[in-house]
Amino acid sequence: METIVFYVFSAFMILSALMVITVHNPVRAAFFLVLTFFSSAAVWLLLEAEFLAIILIIVYVGAVMVLFLFVVMMLDVNLAELKKGFVKNLPLAVIVALAMFAMIFMVVGGEQFGVQNFAVPERHAADYSNVSALGQLLYTEYVYSFEIAAVILLVGIVAAISLTLRRRPNTRHQKVEDQVAVKGADRLRVVKVESQPRKHTIDNAEVKK
Amino acid sequence: MNFVTPDFMPAMPEIFLLSMVCVIMIIDLFLKDESRGATYVLSLIALIATAFLSFSNFSTESITTFNGSFILDPMATILKIAICIIVVGVFIYAKDYLKDRNMYKGEYFTLGLFGVLGMMVMVSAGNFLTVYLGLELLSLSMYAMIAMQRDSIVASEAAMKYFILGAIASGILLYGMSMVYGVTGSLDLATINKAVSGADRVVMSFGLVFIILGVAFKLGAVPFHMWMPDVYHGSPTSVTLYIASAPKIAAFAMMYRLLVDGLAGMQADWQMILIILSVLSMVFGNIVAIAQTNIKRMLAYSTISHVGFIIMGVVAGTQAGYGAAMFYAIVYAIMSVAGFGMIILLSRAGFEAENIEDFRGLNQRSPWFAFVMMAIMFSMAGVPPFLGFWAKIAVLQEAINSGFLWLAIVGVMASVIGAFYYLRVIKAVYFDKPTDETPIQASMDIRLTLSLNGMAILAFGLYPTALITLCISAFA
Repeated sequence: METIVFYVFSAFMILSALMVITVHNPVRAAFFLVLTFFSSAAVWLLLEAEFLAIILIIVYVGAVMVLFLFVVMMLDVNLAELKKGFVKNLPLAVIVALAMFAMIFMVVGGEQFGVQNFAVPERHAADYSNVSALGQLLYTEYVYSFEIAAVILLVGIVAAISLTLRRRPNTRHQKVEDQVAVKGADRLRVVKVESQPRKHTIDNAEVKK
Repeated sequence: MNFVTPDFMPAMPEIFLLSMVCVIMIIDLFLKDESRGATYVLSLIALIATAFLSFSNFSTESITTFNGSFILDPMATILKIAICIIVVGVFIYAKDYLKDRNMYKGEYFTLGLFGVLGMMVMVSAGNFLTVYLGLELLSLSMYAMIAMQRDSIVASEAAMKYFILGAIASGILLYGMSMVYGVTGSLDLATINKAVSGADRVVMSFGLVFIILGVAFKLGAVPFHMWMPDVYHGSPTSVTLYIASAPKIAAFAMMYRLLVDGLAGMQADWQMILIILSVLSMVFGNIVAIAQTNIKRMLAYSTISHVGFIIMGVVAGTQAGYGAAMFYAIVYAIMSVAGFGMIILLSRAGFEAENIEDFRGLNQRSPWFAFVMMAIMFSMAGVPPFLGFWAKIAVLQEAINSGFLWLAIVGVMASVIGAFYYLRVIKAVYFDKPTDETPIQASMDIRLTLSLNGMAILAFGLYPTALITLCISAFA
């Protein structure tokens, strides 16, 4: 059963990954990438890495891909321009890619990283917690790396803000404190209007004449 | 699971610097534009204090903490102090340049300090993870610093090129690391080094090639140098100054950690690859630099050739060779920061002295700075008694001692070719009529620092033994 599930999801993963690079429409490509992430999350679940599988879906599918779709839809990507020279360079590209593939396959192919070289991983008990195992490693053995990763995120925030924040004196923005402190009298002005006959009644009267 | 609290003391400089950056960032938030000087002064204090802490942390033995992800050895201490001092110089040179161009923001300094933190992490990295994270911390800060000049198209282009190529290089580096991890089953450099002999050679060399490729990109060795001239040229000079100096020291340390600490058992394999990189960098860098009229581009190609020499020291593969390479990296950073400092000295609001013509007749405008410029150029060319000469001779000597005589000959020939374009600048400074008669407007602190920097090149050149023995003792 597990083997069948594995092969189904792996097939999905490979097929959708191929579709990502062959499909013409960038939005479709993005959706195929989502499918790739889903299938690899499923494969991770089979490896008992539940936490990572869920994080993959939450972070990549939920946040990164949605952002990516936004960008793809907002930017008007000219596909014809990008594809220029594709056919002309295709033969050379195919040869280089195949040569690279053959070499990498020779090295990382079945011989070194095949199943027969590794022991079957032990099954964990039902009460085994993936999250606590990860947490214990992250906060003890890898605490230094963990902290540096946090600093990198901080740099990301600083960089993003410093690159996009632009103070312009004439922009109109909300003043929250004024909005909160506002009183009825500031917003609403009661104007006394003299009563007078309705306009259409006058018109009617004129018609009757 | 029994957990022992790691010893925080060896990492004190890093912890201090990180806390200082956070404090500076918060203080900067409340500062008005006119009092931005406080950020600048605080950054300098933070750097000097970090250098001092590193100095007081010196230990002749190699100490590891945080489960081996942090190494404190003499090399790490010396390089950290060098990085901090050089970035102090960078900040002093950059201040007025930023002011004149309306780029005087706190972020330049905070990102610069974050970059220093990244370099320090790289310098004392004990496993693949910390090498990579330190590199990313440094690179991210640099991308952002280049892109900060938003209205300039060339700067945005430079940032974009650097970012995309840097991301690809990091990916390749990670791929190589994953191969080595796949074979040895460890990220820890010391453990990998022990496992190398029994590991599968094919996959190991496969991973090694990718790792070297990543390192060569960060160093800017030919054929992975394409980004350097464009990035050096496109970035504002205040940032070029930063990316051209201290990060090369960190890149050397990264090369040492990965190849010697981690993969010493593969020395025969990486030596061959490094020889190719070294020869190509020295020859190509020096020949192409001749054709440049823009001095920032010229210095970029000159950097490429210097990188070739740094790699030559590592090729030698002996303790003395690594010491010579380290000496070269530090000397290069001192010369490079002075060279770009000269460009800043001659620039003023609305004018960039980035062409060689702008240096014409500098002798009539300021004989003293003409002399400093001469010291820098002679030192880069490797003319005695300036500092660059000793760096070149140390590296060449170690290459010959290890039996790479022909490599040393190629190096000498390349530097003879290179002498041409350095001398051309000196000719412009001394023998040409000035085209620009405006007096030099740089402020006192830049003048003083640049004079000190030029004097350091001369003084260390006259008494080189102290610095050389210090560098070599780091590996003894």
